[in-house]
Amino acid sequence: MPKLRINGIEVEVEIGTSVLEAARFLGLPIPTLCHNDGLTPYGACRLCVVEVGNSNGNGRPKLLSACTLQVEDGMVVHTHSSRVERARKLLLEMYVATCPQSKTIQDLASRYGVTQMRLEPKHETCIQCGLCVRMCAQQMMAGAIGFAKRGARRKVSRPFDMTSELCRQCGACLYVCPVCELRCQGPQAETTLCSGCLNFAPVCFQSYDDAMCFLDPCHACELTGPLRPDVPVKLDSEKSAK
Amino acid sequence: MPKLHSVQELNELRTACLAAADSSRPCLTVCAGSGCTAAGANEVLEALRRGLEKRGLEDKVTVKSTGCHGFCEKGPLMIVWPEGVFYNRVAPADAAVLIASVSNGRRPVERLLYKDPVSGKTVLREDEVPFYARQQRVLFGNNGRIDPKQIEDYLRVGGYAALAKVVSGLTPEEVIGSVQRSGLRGRGGAGFPTGTKWEAMHRQTANQKYIICNADEGDPGAFMDRSLLEGNPHSVLEGMIIGAHALGASEGYIYVRAEYPLAVQHLRVALHQAEEYGLLGDNILDSGLSFRIKLVQGAGAFVCGEETALIASIEGRVGEPHPRPPYPVQKGLWGKPTVINNVKTWASVPQIINRGAEWYASIGTERSKGTMVFSLVGKINNTGLVEVPMGVTLRQMIYEIGGGIPKGKQLKAVQIGGPSGGCIPASLLDLPIDYEELTKAGSMMGSGGMVVMDEDTCMVDIARYFMEFLEDESCGKCFPCREGTQRLRAILTRICQGKGTEEDLPLLEEMSWMMKETSLCGLGQTAANPVQTTLRYFRDEYLAHIREKRCPAKVCRELIVYSIEPTACDGCQACVRVCATEAILGEKKKVHRIETAKCIKCGACLEVCQPKAVLVSSGASLCPS
Amino acid sequence: MASMDTEQAEKILGQFEAARASLIPILQEIQATYYYLPQTVLRRVSQKLDVPLGEVYHAATFYNCFSLEPVGSHLVQVCLGTACHVRGGPRVLDRILRDLKLPEPGTTRDFSFTVRTVRCIGCCGLAPVVRVDNRIHHHLTQAKVGGMLKLYRPKLAADQEQITANETEDAQATLSAGTE
Repeated sequence: MPKLRINGIEVEVEIGTSVLEAARFLGLPIPTLCHNDGLTPYGACRLCVVEVGNSNGNGRPKLLSACTLQVEDGMVVHTHSSRVERARKLLLEMYVATCPQSKTIQDLASRYGVTQMRLEPKHETCIQCGLCVRMCAQQMMAGAIGFAKRGARRKVSRPFDMTSELCRQCGACLYVCPVCELRCQGPQAETTLCSGCLNFAPVCFQSYDDAMCFLDPCHACELTGPLRPDVPVKLDSEKSAK
Repeated sequence: MPKLHSVQELNELRTACLAAADSSRPCLTVCAGSGCTAAGANEVLEALRRGLEKRGLEDKVTVKSTGCHGFCEKGPLMIVWPEGVFYNRVAPADAAVLIASVSNGRRPVERLLYKDPVSGKTVLREDEVPFYARQQRVLFGNNGRIDPKQIEDYLRVGGYAALAKVVSGLTPEEVIGSVQRSGLRGRGGAGFPTGTKWEAMHRQTANQKYIICNADEGDPGAFMDRSLLEGNPHSVLEGMIIGAHALGASEGYIYVRAEYPLAVQHLRVALHQAEEYGLLGDNILDSGLSFRIKLVQGAGAFVCGEETALIASIEGRVGEPHPRPPYPVQKGLWGKPTVINNVKTWASVPQIINRGAEWYASIGTERSKGTMVFSLVGKINNTGLVEVPMGVTLRQMIYEIGGGIPKGKQLKAVQIGGPSGGCIPASLLDLPIDYEELTKAGSMMGSGGMVVMDEDTCMVDIARYFMEFLEDESCGKCFPCREGTQRLRAILTRICQGKGTEEDLPLLEEMSWMMKETSLCGLGQTAANPVQTTLRYFRDEYLAHIREKRCPAKVCRELIVYSIEPTACDGCQACVRVCATEAILGEKKKVHRIETAKCIKCGACLEVCQPKAVLVSSGASLCPS
Repeated sequence: MASMDTEQAEKILGQFEAARASLIPILQEIQATYYYLPQTVLRRVSQKLDVPLGEVYHAATFYNCFSLEPVGSHLVQVCLGTACHVRGGPRVLDRILRDLKLPEPGTTRDFSFTVRTVRCIGCCGLAPVVRVDNRIHHHLTQAKVGGMLKLYRPKLAADQEQITANETEDAQATLSAGTE
């Protein structure tokens, strides 16, 4: 059974375990976008990259996607080195710029400390994580959608852009899509980055119960809202008193 | 063709071929590589053959078409053997005088000889031409001597002797050891030690192993693999058969890009002839080795030069790379251990076996052994293929071999390694060219494409050009590469249009770093190299675009203005005629004027203006008329 | 130009092993025969090789050599490799597009020309290079573009009738395939 060292902790795993599985076993949080336990690993989103060297220290350690990396005996892995953190932050900056309306991506960006967005916001509705394609093929056994073209023009598509006779309209593709879940249109909806302004007091908590909002509060909201007692929340009445 | 059943029969055949060739008989070899063919080599060959027929000299003089000689600038090229007289820019009309030069006594045709533009001297033989004099043509040496479609020619120059040596008693370990000691590194781009790769494959246990020749030479500006496959395909086959013996592979593939039809054709002929002679197939030369090679054509995707994408393509999938590890030697074609090597790497193997690992290791620098083949192209006088020992400096390449920059312009940079490589500035001219030195300078050896750029090349535009290329050629699977190449291109385009800001530069640097660190495959990991190297060495050009809205090389259309210098204009109307948008006003013999608003800066007027009255200006010195 | 004749497609399929690895060589043969990849033929390939249609479609749209739409009589491939770029290739491309009245690389409305950009034909010593059908034009300048295109225009009229006939057949065949 291969033995590896993650963040200094030695752990022995079954052959065929991925580094992502081993890290999760240890309770280490590794962000993912294109991973789903019920589907084959894809390695496209690159958020799960970890720093990998080996025990005899040959060559410079590389950043590799943990989901596709099988554990090998003697592997040395760092999941939160400064190199990894910096890479994740820049990746997420690019993700938010590409899909600012996605709650999943905004949450990840907030959690990993992305506070600036220097790229032009696009409003794409797909990050090509491939979850929908793999879901349709592997779990729903339909294979009605797939990819087409290459590079900048690559997209998820049905063959010949025509209605596929294989599609049973089960909605599984919508279910797994990380972009489909939209961020709330609450406070400061026009700012592209939820956590871009760490000072706002979310208005929605006042009316949270009334609105019966089914969305979990966004992480940015959690960062500064009433769930954090150290950060005061200004009530509307106090604001207007000024 | 009788099948060869043993090494002895091979040696006997070789002796017979040598005897059949009358070395005193004049032989006119015409280079028929893609470059010379485009310049009319086939017409030259046709004219020579007809000329000989007309004079009844077909039995006295041989005409042969050979592979690429490398000096494409001066094609069609011809060499007359046995003297080795070198002719350039040969035309079909020269057939008569060329035939006369070998049938009526032996005198060279003066006007077709190469004339050195610097010294003015005419030279007689190939090795006296400065372009060739400094080369050490280990791999390309035979291109000018053999007809690639005749295996007998290859035998005459010692072909398949290395194979004979190997099957006569060298164990796989001995062959691999030889390759390791030679210091051969993969010539496809990354320069990974070939011996180490072979050793790793040797350690794998599997019921099936494969070897692949990567002939998907996708780097724009590189054509050495093409020339080797067109001109000496057997050298590659021999290397692969030796590899099959050493690595335990029973099947091999050659993956050639679709854009090389002549290479495909010559490979097919070579494979057929090798099979006929029993050099491929079952029990080769009675050694027990059974090995077959299949030819697979690419379908037009640069990313298929990446080894895992290439494998996917052979398997019938799209060329999307797999994360590595696992490496192909562990899990490659159809999940089996596979060694993939570049064309030139395979062709180096017979040389190493024949002349010894120590000989090979004596060429080159401490960590980069052997010779490297470069395609020297772009703004250079002598364009073509150059094979030199590792360690030759850029200065020697550009000035001694390349003949310097045309039209007296200043050298600005040399782009080495294609879109994965980087630009080396003129200030680093004395850099010895080897893997480590290039990496230190921020570039990469890559496939050996060497594009020379002069003062009229805008480095920001070049970075943008490469991003445009990579954005399209990226397989698109992973986010940092697919999105990153688009973002970098967008930012660079803005800068070229004069809409850049100072914040763009650190942004480019950080995004580049992120792409390098997180991309799934080599294409994405090296995609930002052109941006990083141009930022490192040509930051002033970026700043000029940003701060002064000026393009120093006067290339970026939004930042330049075309005008006509009134004192130089002679009113010939040549420019008026070619102007696509009718932006030039001018009557005959009167000074012409360009209407800036209508001008699309296509440069057609600049091309045709004889008195050089058309001016291009940029930035502070803008002078719209 | 071939007409919408599925017999040829069947013949091609018969020449190859019915395995995944045959997919790209089969598509190459189909492209060479029909000058594009007709939808009905691709569906047949998916069936014969037992490869999901989505994956056949991805391969057909991934590689540059394949086209899902018919190409013009003359294929103009403008090389935009680094050497050609540095020696003025983009300007030659612009001139060709202007002359043929194309906003971007594509096929002219009368199907006489299809213009594509390619990255490196491998004749870098002769840059800038354009390949039209099987012929390579080298050392091009904007001024030479007109003369080069003229070489191919006279054949236009004769080919045009054949093309129009083919297009109508193809369109009808595609329509009937879509409604199945």
